[in-house]
Amino acid sequence: MKPWGLLAQFDSAEALLVAARAVHAAGCRQAEAYAPFDVEGLDEALGLPPSRIPAATLAGAVLGGAGGYFMQWYAAVIDLPLNIGGRPEHSWPMFIPVTFEMTILGGALAAVLAFFVAARLPALDHPVFGAPGFEQASRDGFFLLLRLDDPAWPRDEAERLLQGLSPRSVAPVQEVMP
Amino acid sequence: MSLGPVSTDIGVLQAGQTYRSVGDRIEGQVLDHRTGRLWWIAFGVSGCGMLVFLAAIGWLFYKGLGLWGINIPVAWGFAIANCVWWIGIGHAGTFISAVLLLARQRWRTSINRFAEAMTLFAASMAGLFPILHLGRPWFAYWLAPYPNRMELWPQWRSPLVWDFFAIATYLTVSLLFWYLGLIPDMASLRDRARQRWKALTFGLLALGWRGEARQWARHRTAYLLLAGLATPLVVSVHSVVSLDFAIGNTPGYHSTIFPPFFVAGALLSGFAMVITLAVPLRHFFGLQALITPVHFDNAAKVVLATCCLLGYGYLAEIFTAFYSGDRYEIAVTLQRWTGPYAFVYWGMIACNIGLPQLLWWRANRRNLALLFGLSLLINLGMWAERVMIVVTSLYQDYLPSSWGLYVPTRWDWLFLAGSICTFAWLFLLFVRLLPAISIAEMRGLVHDSAKEGA
Repeated sequence: MKPWGLLAQFDSAEALLVAARAVHAAGCRQAEAYAPFDVEGLDEALGLPPSRIPAATLAGAVLGGAGGYFMQWYAAVIDLPLNIGGRPEHSWPMFIPVTFEMTILGGALAAVLAFFVAARLPALDHPVFGAPGFEQASRDGFFLLLRLDDPAWPRDEAERLLQGLSPRSVAPVQEVMP
Repeated sequence: MSLGPVSTDIGVLQAGQTYRSVGDRIEGQVLDHRTGRLWWIAFGVSGCGMLVFLAAIGWLFYKGLGLWGINIPVAWGFAIANCVWWIGIGHAGTFISAVLLLARQRWRTSINRFAEAMTLFAASMAGLFPILHLGRPWFAYWLAPYPNRMELWPQWRSPLVWDFFAIATYLTVSLLFWYLGLIPDMASLRDRARQRWKALTFGLLALGWRGEARQWARHRTAYLLLAGLATPLVVSVHSVVSLDFAIGNTPGYHSTIFPPFFVAGALLSGFAMVITLAVPLRHFFGLQALITPVHFDNAAKVVLATCCLLGYGYLAEIFTAFYSGDRYEIAVTLQRWTGPYAFVYWGMIACNIGLPQLLWWRANRRNLALLFGLSLLINLGMWAERVMIVVTSLYQDYLPSSWGLYVPTRWDWLFLAGSICTFAWLFLLFVRLLPAISIAEMRGLVHDSAKEGA
C-alpha cells in the first residue's frame, strides 16, 4: 500500500526548527511539524500564513457590542418605553455596562470558534495518529511529516530530503488507521 | 534514548526537570491513584458538606427566606456578602492567567491552571447566592432578555441586570479560557492513559489535538486574545458588582471609590485563596519542584500591594464621609467604628491591613506555614469586609424609627459553610480528574530554562 506520508523524528526542538526551515527552503509546502509544546518560530519556519483569528475576534467583539447596545436601545425606546419622571428613554450611559460585557462575550466566543476553525479541530481521526511512536509528540518527541500526495515530492525525493536532515528515525504513515 | 534538555534552577522551576519528568509528575496525579488517604478524608468531609448545602437549598426553596436572619431594614445579609466575597476570590485566577500572561510573568505558569479552576468554582458559588436570595428563585431567568409572552424586557438601568450580564460573561469567558488552555494537556493525558475509557474520555476532550505547528500557532494567538479580553473583564466584573451598592443612595454604599476599591479587595482575597490552595496542593502532591518559594514570594507581594491599595480605599471612604459634611455618611462611619458591629470593622482592619504588613519581610513571604495562616485570616477579613459593607450601611440609615439589628441565624452560617465545602469539594475533584498545572507550558519552561543555563 502506498504510504500517505513520511514521519521523521528529531531529537530536540532546535533540530526540528532547523529541519522545518530546510524543508521549507527546499520548496516543500506539504510539511507539518509536531511538538509537545509551543516551539517559538516553528510556524514561521514552515511558512504558515498569518492567523485570521484576530480579525474574527474583532468582528465578534464589534458585533457583540453593537448587538448589545441595539438590544437595549430597542427595548428601552421602541418596544417597552417607560416614562419615569420624564427621564430620557435613550439613557445611553446606563447602557454601557451591558454593552461592554456583550463586547467581551462576543469577542471571546468568536476567538474560540475561530481557533477551532483555524486549528481544524475537532478532528478525532488523522492518519498521523497511526504512525508508530507518534504518542511521543505529546511528551518529548519532535516530528516532521512530509505528505506524499504532493506530486512535486514523490517518495524518493521526500525520503532523501528527510534523511539529509539527520533525523532519529523515518517511518511511513499509512492513509488508513490500523 | 535521550531525555532531552534538563532544566536549570530559574527560581520558578527547580533544576533537574525534563519534558518527561514534569509531564509524569502532573499526569501521575490524574492517571495513577496517588491521592492517598488525606485526599479521601477531605473529599468525604467536603462532600458531606456539599450534600448538606444542597439539602439546605432545598429547604430554603420550600420554606422561603425567613430561614435567614434578614428582615427590614437589613434585607441583604450573608447571601449578598457571600456572593461578593466569592466573586472577588475568583478574580485572582483571571488576573494570574490573563494579566500575568500579557506581562510575560513566568511565575504564572505553574499556578495558572488551578487558579483558573478556583475562579470557575468561586464564580459558580457567587452566581448561586443571588438566585437563592431572590425569594422566588424559579423566576431567576427573568433577568435574561428573551422573547416572552409578558412582552417585558429587563430593566437596563438596574445594576442588578448589569450584574447578571457581568457574572454570566465572566463565567463563560473563564470557562473558555480554561478549556482552551487544557486542550494540549488533554492530548498528553490521552496518549499516556493506559485504560481505554480514560484514553477515550481525554481523547474526546482533546478534540483530536495533534500538537501540529499550525495548531500551536493558532492556539497561542487565540489564548493571547482571550487574555486580552479577560483583562478588562476582570476589572469590570467587580466594578459592576460594586455598582449594586454604589448606585443606591444609602449612606455607606453611595461612594465613587467603590469600583476600584472592590477590585483591590477582590485581588487581595483572591491571591490569599491562591496561597490557601497552593500550600496544601504543593505539599500533598509533591510539587515542590514546580511550585517554588518564588511563587509564594511573588503572590505574597501582590497580597501586600493590594492590601495597601485597600487601605487607601478605607481611608478615602472615611475622608470622603467627613469631607462631604453629610451627617448620614458621618454617622455611618462613626457607627462602623463604635456601633454593635464594630468588632466586624476592627477585625477586618486587623486581618486585611494590619497582619499583611508582616509581608514586608522576605523571610515571612517565604515561610509557608505563616503564609498559609495569613491567607486564611485575609479570607476571613475580606469576608468580614463584605458583611461590614452590606450590614452596617443598612441597619441604621435615615429614619431612626426604622433602625434594626441583623443577627444571622444558624441557616446563614450553614449556607456560608456549605458553599465553602462545595467549593472545596469541586476543587478536590478537579485536582484528581484534571492536570492541576499546565503540562505543555511547563515543558516550554523546561526548554527555556535549559537554554538559559547552557
